[in-house]
This record gives sequence, C-alpha cells and structure tokens, in this order.
Amino acid sequence: MLPEAADVLIVGAGPAGLAAAITLRRQGLQKLVVVEREAEAGGIPRLCHHSGFGWRDLRRLLSGPSYARRYREAAGRLDIALHTETTITGWHGPGLLSYSGPAGPGRLRARAVLLATGCRERPRAARLVPGSRPQGIFTTGSLQQFVYGHGLPVGRRAVIIGAELVSLSALMTLRHAGVAVVAMLSELPAHQIYPPYHPAPFFLLDRLGRAPLLMGVQVSRILGQRRVEGLEITHLASGRLETLLCDTLVFSGDWIPEHEMARLGGLRLDPGTQGPLVDPGFRTSRRGVFAAGNLLRGAETADNCAREGQAAASQILRFLHAERWPDHEIALRVEPPLRWVFPNALRWPATAGLHSLAFRAAELLARVGVQVMQNGHVLHEQHFPTLVPNVSMALSARWLPAVDPAGGEVCLRIG
Amino acid sequence: MMREIDYDVAIIGAGAVGTAIARALARYRLRVVLVERQPDVGMGTSKASTAIWHTGFDAKPGTLEARLLQRSYPLTERFMAEAGVPVERIGGLLIAWNDEQLQTLPSLMHNAQQNGVHDARLLEAGEIYAREPHLGPGARGGLYVPGEGIFCTYTLPLAFATQAVLNGVSLRLNFAVEGVLPAGEGFYRLEAAGASLRCRFLVNAAGLHSDEIDHLLGHHAFQVRPRRGELIVYDKFARELLSHVLLPVPTATTKGVLISPTVYGNVLLGPTAEELRDKSATETSAAGLQSLLARGRAILPALLQEEVTASYAGLRAATEHGDYQIRAHPQQRYICVGGIRSTGLSGAMGIAEHVVELLAEAGLVLKPRDEFVPVRMPFIGEAGTRPYQSAERIAANPDYGRIVCHCERVTRGEILDALHAVIPARTVDGLRRRTRALQGRCQGFNCQGALLALLVRATGQPAERLLMLEPGDAT
Repeated sequence: MLPEAADVLIVGAGPAGLAAAITLRRQGLQKLVVVEREAEAGGIPRLCHHSGFGWRDLRRLLSGPSYARRYREAAGRLDIALHTETTITGWHGPGLLSYSGPAGPGRLRARAVLLATGCRERPRAARLVPGSRPQGIFTTGSLQQFVYGHGLPVGRRAVIIGAELVSLSALMTLRHAGVAVVAMLSELPAHQIYPPYHPAPFFLLDRLGRAPLLMGVQVSRILGQRRVEGLEITHLASGRLETLLCDTLVFSGDWIPEHEMARLGGLRLDPGTQGPLVDPGFRTSRRGVFAAGNLLRGAETADNCAREGQAAASQILRFLHAERWPDHEIALRVEPPLRWVFPNALRWPATAGLHSLAFRAAELLARVGVQVMQNGHVLHEQHFPTLVPNVSMALSARWLPAVDPAGGEVCLRIG
Repeated sequence: MMREIDYDVAIIGAGAVGTAIARALARYRLRVVLVERQPDVGMGTSKASTAIWHTGFDAKPGTLEARLLQRSYPLTERFMAEAGVPVERIGGLLIAWNDEQLQTLPSLMHNAQQNGVHDARLLEAGEIYAREPHLGPGARGGLYVPGEGIFCTYTLPLAFATQAVLNGVSLRLNFAVEGVLPAGEGFYRLEAAGASLRCRFLVNAAGLHSDEIDHLLGHHAFQVRPRRGELIVYDKFARELLSHVLLPVPTATTKGVLISPTVYGNVLLGPTAEELRDKSATETSAAGLQSLLARGRAILPALLQEEVTASYAGLRAATEHGDYQIRAHPQQRYICVGGIRSTGLSGAMGIAEHVVELLAEAGLVLKPRDEFVPVRMPFIGEAGTRPYQSAERIAANPDYGRIVCHCERVTRGEILDALHAVIPARTVDGLRRRTRALQGRCQGFNCQGALLALLVRATGQPAERLLMLEPGDAT
C-alpha cells in the first residue's frame, strides 16, 4: 500500500525517475514515493538488449537491461520502495493524486510531484498511413517486447519506417530475432542516425553500414488482409510507386511525450515538444510539479534523461526547503523550420544555471545561423554546419543574462 | 465429418442481426443453431460501424426500416441496461451549414414525428453554439434529437449471442455455408468445409453475403452493393470538444460525415461513402482519409489538433433498394434478412421480433421456455465504474488492479475474463473488442507482447497462427 502523504511523489521509474529518486534519498529525503505502472522498474532500457547505455551518467557502456538493473539495485540499496504495477489515474487538487494497483485504488498527497512518464513512438494509425489493418505491424517498443520480453515470433521479412537513432535499435532487434530487414525508410533525404557520444560510432556505424537504407520515400499503403503482405511506397523525387514485399512493418521513432498526466493536471504544454513547458529548473506551469526525462520531448538517450532526473531532484529539494515558486515567466519559442527548444520557459527569480539549451530543426539544413531574438533585438547568434531533424543540437546559454525579464517572449529563428 | 445434428432453426450470420434473432428464439423450446463463417461473432459490418444508437428519426416514413427502428428502440434501451452494454444517450444535433440545408430542417422534423420521434426540436444558430462552443463557423441552424445516442458495437452483439448460448443456442464459428440442400423429411442440410448440419427452418442474416445465401435458395430479389465507410478515431483528449452526436443533413445515399463521441471516451470522424464491388475491401485510402480531415476541419476545427488513435473502414450491406430486404418464404420455411445497411445494430432487436413472427406464420411452433437466463456483460465504457476504479473488485481479485493496457486502463483480470468467457476471445482482435485492450493511443507500444502471451497461454494456439504467420484460421 502507498502512504497517504509524501514529500515527493515520482511518477514513472525509468532512467529519469530512478535517478531523481536516488539523488533525493542520498540528500536525506525520507518521505519519497516512486510509482511505476509496469511490473518492473527501469523503463524502456529494460527491453533494449544492446549496448550504448550509461556513458554520461555511469561513465561506462552497458546494455539496456544491465543499465536498468544498476538503477534498480542502487534504489534498492537506498531502501527506496518502488511501487510497481501502480498507475496514477488523476488529479484531485494541488498535490492530491489518485492511483490504482493490485492493493486497490487510493489517493496520495505530495508536497512536490515529479512527472517522469517518458514517451512513446507514434503508431501507424496516428501517422494516418492508409491501407488494411493486418497482423504484423509494430513499433520498436512493441517489437522489443515481442522479442525480448515474451519470446514471441515476429515475422520473416521486415521494413523499418523511420531512420533515427531508435530505428537502429529496431534493426538490431530484428537481426537478433532472425528477421531479414528489407529496407529502412525515411521521408527525409538522409538518415538521422548520429552517434550520441564518443565511443559509440564503431558500434553504431558498423550496423548502419549494413542496413539497406531507402531515403526520400513516403509510405503510401499497407497491403495484406490478415497478415502484412507488402508496403507500397512513393519515391518523393520522382513520384514513382514501388511495392516492397514483407510480412512485418516496424514504425520507429516519431516520438510523442506520454503526457496524459501532465494534461490531466492542467500543465501547459509546449507546442513544439508536446511535453510540459519547463524552465531550466524543470518546473512546470503548476506550482510544486516538476517534469524530467523524455516526457519533456521525445527522445533523448537514457543517460541524458537520468542526468535531468538528478538535476530536477536538486531543484525539488530547494523547493521543499524554501517553498518558493518563481512567478514571473517568459516563454521561449521557435520559428519554423526550427521544431522546438528546451527548456522552453524562463522564470524569475531564476534558480538554476544553464550551460546550453537543446533545440531541433524540422528539416535538413546546412550552414545556418541560429538567432535568439527578444523585442526585435538579436541577443545571440550561433552558426551550425548542419541541422538534422530528430537530432538535438546544443545552443550556448551565455546570452541568458541579456534577456529582459520585463520584455516579451524569446524566440529562436534561422538568421 | 462431424456427426449431423438436427435443429429446428438455423441462423446464418452472427452479426448484430443474427445474434439478436438467436437470442429472440432462445426464449422458446427450440433447438437453434447460429452459424458464422468468421472465428468470432460481430466480425463483419457490425464491428466497423459509427456506433450511433439511431432513433430512426430520419428514416423514410412507412418503410420497414422506419417501423423496425421505432420498435427496436425501447427494446434495445431495456436490454442494454439489463446486460450492462455501454451506452450514452447524449442526443444528436443535426446541423445545417447553408440555406438549402436550413430549409430542409422543418421537413426533417416532420419526418421525425411521423416516425414516432416526438421530442425532436429546431434550434437557432445561437443555441447550437451555446451547446457546442467548439463548432466551426457557419452553422445556420439545427435539429436536436434527444434520443440519439452512442453505444458499444462490440458488446451488443456479444451480449445477444452470449444470452442466446446461455439459453441453449448452439454457436458454430468458422462455419462458412457453402451449400443449402434439401435433406428430406422437411429438412435442409447446411454444408460447410468439413462440417454439416440439418435444420427445418432457415434464417439468412448473412449481412454482406445475404444475397449469395438468397441465391442458394433460388431467389434474386436484391444484390448487396458494399458501401465502404472510412472512419478516423481521435485521442481521448478530443472528447471535451463536443457533447452531442454532430450529424450532417442527410442525402439520398448517405447519412453523411458525422463527428461523435464514443463510449470509450474517444471521438469518431466519418464515415465516407463509396460504392464497391469487393466484399472484403476494408482498407482505408489516402483520398478517403484526406476528405474526412477536410470535413472534420470545417465542423470542429480543434479536433485536428489532437492525435489520431486509429483509422479503419467498414462495409455497409447496401442494396439497390432503399429499404431493408426482409422476406418470408413460408413454403421454403426460409426467411431472408438482407439489406440491413447502416442501422443494423439499432434495429436488430426490432428485426428479431419481426423475424420470430414471420417464422411463426411460416409454421414454426413457439412454446415459451420456463426460464430465460439473463446476461451481464463486462462493462467497458467510460461512463461508469471500471474494474481498476473499484476497491471491491480489486479486493476480491487483485488482478482487477493490475493494469495491462495502460492507455485504456484494461486490467489483467478483465483480459482473463475475456479469454474464459461464455464466448471466449480466440484472436487478438477478439480480445480487443471484448476489453478495449490495444485500442488506445499507443496501439500496443506498451502491451501488445503481454497480451499475445496471455492469448497464447489461454487458447493453446501457437503464436504463429494467432499472428497469421502460418496458414490456418485461429479457431
């Protein structure tokens, strides 16, 4: 059973939530409740049976399951109770949330809440792909559950839709399951798979080099009544139609934050990220509610999410101590073709320093200058050789002191 | 070859209409069999409709359809309450978007009154926007029909069939009728691949295939012309954008594109109407989906800001005729129930009573049984208490607190119930229709593997067959 009250409630025990819980407990916080709706804590890495985890937070390279296990064990050593199979079901006032689980439904009051509910891949239907609805259509997430979670058969010939970092995870999962990969597709003219940190290139590029990439194509129709029989694609440059014969489709990437609890709690969302609007201190638009990890935007690597969890935990402790919530806010926005910037709000009095901001573009851009504007003035300009969709770039934050708190919103644009 | 069993009545087709007829006949001392070509009930037209509970206000007065819809409404209302079928009587708002449509509203109201729908009333544009503030610009006026509602199109035929089975009706799934032959002594023999059975009376409720069965009996009164309807289901976050079924002014061929809440808390946009020849063409098309988006943008602009949860297409069993094609052939002891387009779920109980009367007129002796066992279905709607919300249910069985499908909050207890029900789920789709699992915004990102593992364990079927990776039907 959950207690009726806590100082901090953490919703979601993936990398961000677990890292935050560990930081809070190490700082001496006792009344801490962590809920996880799955039967096991650890988040998405649990089902990513390949290397590439832990570089920035644990200073080593681990497989996803080992990475998740390390966090679970660290939480266990600190006596942090992880309430698995427990779902937060709604809000009933400031800090008052309802939940349900095998011990029954209940309510819990928390002084501070950290939402770390992660993200999901946009499934076929949400992408409005026409055609039939046969068996054999996956996301990377459901594919990994089939293969690693339950040992279920997948198919014989697969097409991966999407060519971002997670698509490589789909590729490796299919190879592990003995499924031939017919093609990896993207509407964009080039793949968007970049090594997220230094030791990774060998491991990633080797696999990428052997992947049958098919860029600049659009998915036009799914074929097959009972089972996938093929995929009709359109080559965007020529308009030519082509049919790929396959019995399996994996829709990978195209992330959406899992923001149900954020929206039900009335948190303002950023139109670009579709995650809750947060300032550099991971504070949302609602007093006492923080957010971290891939709920903020889809998707960064697990180590980044864990480090956000740690940073959010420090801010939560400050809030519990001082009970202050900055009340003056300026929004941070982007103009197309930029897609989003994170963090996406500035608040005063500021509590957190910031070295850099993350931002993404919606299309492939070369040799561009990104300008930070407020009230018609250029606060900062920075040049980038390339901007690749689905890959975050770092924008220096040294212009922050120049922002006029009494001025209008701050906007990023291509200069 | 299975042993032949003799039945008094065989019903071909376990859609909404066939299951309702089976249930109606289960009240009497009869041996009844319900045969279905698919591995589950409600797999054809019934499962891919707009899920609107029609009053029949817009049916052509005097037609059989209008009469049977009127007869069906109170029967369906009572049955849904008894059986626990999710239903919300939210009212329909028929909206005129131009002068021409505005001028037809009084005649539509007159039409409604002729069909026994006396509580319909005209609304000014201002009243419409007061009721539906998110509506797009340009609504000129409307007709409010309080009796229109939404219901669960999965639970309703399952409830009919379950009550029929509980009261002695035999359900034969995977029984595709290939031949109807005279078998002597006033019997027919129904033949399917590897199986056959004998019956004295025959009811054809074969939906899209009702014309083919009719041909086997030597009749050519109508031809099914499948009319495809594509639909888009929006995320639950869109639910707060509307509170009625938003109906367009109907034309001769279709009720038009509507926007409606669903009993699962989503919002439905559709259907398109496209005449086809292929009775299996249930795929969506780029043009169809784009045309729906355009209509949706005009009627409820904010809807398009939300994520799409699903899109699908269904076929209505339309014919060259404007009315239901229900015909009795007493000499043949045969009733044809064809051409039930669009309104089959709403009309099913009225149709069933009508068919029972026709069978009696054709010589079937009806002796009521002493007892009619009631049915209570698992509740899968949003307007009520779900198992995960119930302290009592979870205390009795903690599996009702173990949410497996997070988007729809479906628990392990409900999944296991569906796998061991009177008519159990035997396929992935059967499990979805009984529980809502896999029907939510993530479309299986989180739970597809877990559900399949449970299905494999409960049905004893290899995963390859359930996933259609090897030939053969899930059985």
